[in-house]
Amino acid sequence: MLEVKNLHATVDGKEILRGINFSVKAGEVHAIMGPNGSGKSTFASVLAGNERFTVTEGEVLYEGHDLLSMSIEDRARAGIFLGFQYPVEIPGVSMANFLKVALQEKRKYQGLEPLSASEFLRMMRDRASVVELDSKLTSRAVNEGFSGGEKKKNEIFQMAMLEPKLAILDETDSGLDIDALRIVGTGVTKLKRPDNATIVITHYQRLLDYIVPDYVHVLYKGRIIYSGDKDLALKLEKEGYDWLINQYE
Amino acid sequence: MEEKDKILDDLTGSEYKYGFVTDIDTEVIPKGLNEEIVRLISQKKGEPAWMTEFRLKAYRHWQTMKMPRWAHLDIPEIDFQAISYYAAPRPKPKYESLDEVDPELLSTFEKLGVPIEERMMLAGVAVDAVMDSVSVKTTFKQTLAEKGIIFCSMSEALRDYPDLVRKYLGSVVPYTDNFFAALNAAVFSDGSFCYIPKGVRCPMELSTYFRINAAGTGQFERTLIVADEGAYVSYMEGCTAPMRDENQLHAAVVEIVVLKDAEVKYSTVQNWYPGDKQGRGGVYNFVTKRGMCRENARLSWTQVETGSAITWKYPSCILAGDNSVGEFYSVAVTNNYQQADTGTRMIHLGRGTRSRIVSKGISAGQSQNSYRGLVRVSRKAEGARNYSQCDSLLIGDRCGAHTFPYIEVDNPSAIVEHEATTSKIGEDQLFYCNQRGLSTEDAVGLIVNGYAKEVLNKLPMEFAVEAQKLLSISLEGSVG
Repeated sequence: MLEVKNLHATVDGKEILRGINFSVKAGEVHAIMGPNGSGKSTFASVLAGNERFTVTEGEVLYEGHDLLSMSIEDRARAGIFLGFQYPVEIPGVSMANFLKVALQEKRKYQGLEPLSASEFLRMMRDRASVVELDSKLTSRAVNEGFSGGEKKKNEIFQMAMLEPKLAILDETDSGLDIDALRIVGTGVTKLKRPDNATIVITHYQRLLDYIVPDYVHVLYKGRIIYSGDKDLALKLEKEGYDWLINQYE
Repeated sequence: MEEKDKILDDLTGSEYKYGFVTDIDTEVIPKGLNEEIVRLISQKKGEPAWMTEFRLKAYRHWQTMKMPRWAHLDIPEIDFQAISYYAAPRPKPKYESLDEVDPELLSTFEKLGVPIEERMMLAGVAVDAVMDSVSVKTTFKQTLAEKGIIFCSMSEALRDYPDLVRKYLGSVVPYTDNFFAALNAAVFSDGSFCYIPKGVRCPMELSTYFRINAAGTGQFERTLIVADEGAYVSYMEGCTAPMRDENQLHAAVVEIVVLKDAEVKYSTVQNWYPGDKQGRGGVYNFVTKRGMCRENARLSWTQVETGSAITWKYPSCILAGDNSVGEFYSVAVTNNYQQADTGTRMIHLGRGTRSRIVSKGISAGQSQNSYRGLVRVSRKAEGARNYSQCDSLLIGDRCGAHTFPYIEVDNPSAIVEHEATTSKIGEDQLFYCNQRGLSTEDAVGLIVNGYAKEVLNKLPMEFAVEAQKLLSISLEGSVG
């Protein structure tokens, strides 16, 4: 589904990603961990197409297409979803309206008929329950006045609505209490299907109790320096990154 | 986007080559302004002597006045002697049916959801050739007449209801008021007159839609609305479809008289030609709008301003009667090189008077957008209250947003609140929307409409839907 080859990217002239090689197949869950400043969020942003970052080298294939030549919105419509670490507020625009436009754009891109209003509303109710999101929130403005937990639940709710092929969750667990963490984690797992894949970026093993990864990668100074299975996360939780970094350097 | 831009370009810049300006058979009098011309205008319109005298007094007063320069506007010199002040339009339809009209123009009307009759009118199609507008109009006129409501052109009103016009014309905006009000009083071509009798609730929104034949009087339009005691009317002015006019200078006057217990809602969508992307051409729009509210009366101004190269406009309320209420809801969009200096004046004279101001400015391109508002509470206005909220939204970093609030309070019991915010459409907001599959154009449209929602909600339903689309279209190409 996704193949990243020797990806380099800079921000303001500073190189953040320095040769990432990485591939994801349908049905897989990958966790990316690593110390602060290692380039995890940058990697997520570059995959989504954030123009703050400049790709200087490398290639990304998404379902055989050259992802880097696609616009941000076309990547989204083609099934890439980024769960934001800091979801953005859009005052005055209701969640329902926002999602309606997003979903209809996606359906148009995929050559599907637009959903009727009643189908859409039914879908919203149904999907809000995945993350136990108070359905009243869907009539409020996008993320405006949402608590930290609500914002993160709202990201997963949007994921449930947009049914991405590849979801990239950027520190979705940050700022969540134990209950919210469980709801978000199990929510993501409920959305897992053989034809989709998830990349989970996290600092902590605890999220991975709910979203069980097939692979765990450690990103350090813009490169993946080590990959393993879910036990690697447990080991990192216990021992930190030093042993890996020492090995690498 | 390129295609959209092209349509927009065609509409905003080059539609003349499609013959948008109809070959109207007009009767034009010589350029320039003097007493003879003023007399001639009055005579051509067959006005009573008192009206001629009104115009002459206005003209003489105008001569003593100077063009106002206090606004935050860069206004080029206007040669008032180079303008022709009277052109009686005798419109000859340019096309026999919509099939002959430029398809791109039609597609923009489609996009805006302009009713078919209006499309024809705007595109210069013979309305009668396609639909029987006369009978439609007659039906409306009958409904209105049954309630005793008068709704007609100012010329008709001067002929058929001279006493009513004489009683109220200039009573809210005297010709001495300002330079443009004086000019308008001297040379106004036509406009609308509306009278709602005592205790009558007007059963429909009154709009330009009903007075298709009164179109083309935009340059020096004069509107007078009188809501008698306990009456109610909602009046819509303008049109969301791009309105073209050869006349660069517009100076309209709107006077509203709201008597005891009456209520008037006045909604405007202003979309005159804003000039091209380089700031060439465009309408200069100098408008004086004011209402006089008597006891317990209520006047609400709602405006969506997207057009004109220069907008100078302050719809105001004189809250003369006790417990009267004035409201002003405004969205003003400027893009490219447009300039707007707009706001309101709330003059609290009566006891317990209340006013509310919600102004939403949106600046893009290299435009300048100013809110200018006065809240004055007189000594006698015991317990007056005002709430003002002025928000500015910037798109890009070459535009300007300014706020000039004036607050004068002479009564210690008054409560006056003013809130202001300035925000920018952020890269992060756009990225968030893009990442959910929204194009940048759609994202800007959504964000701007969300920002302006509080004001748009005040518009009559059908107007609001069109205004939403208009906001998005006005800002197309302003980001990225």
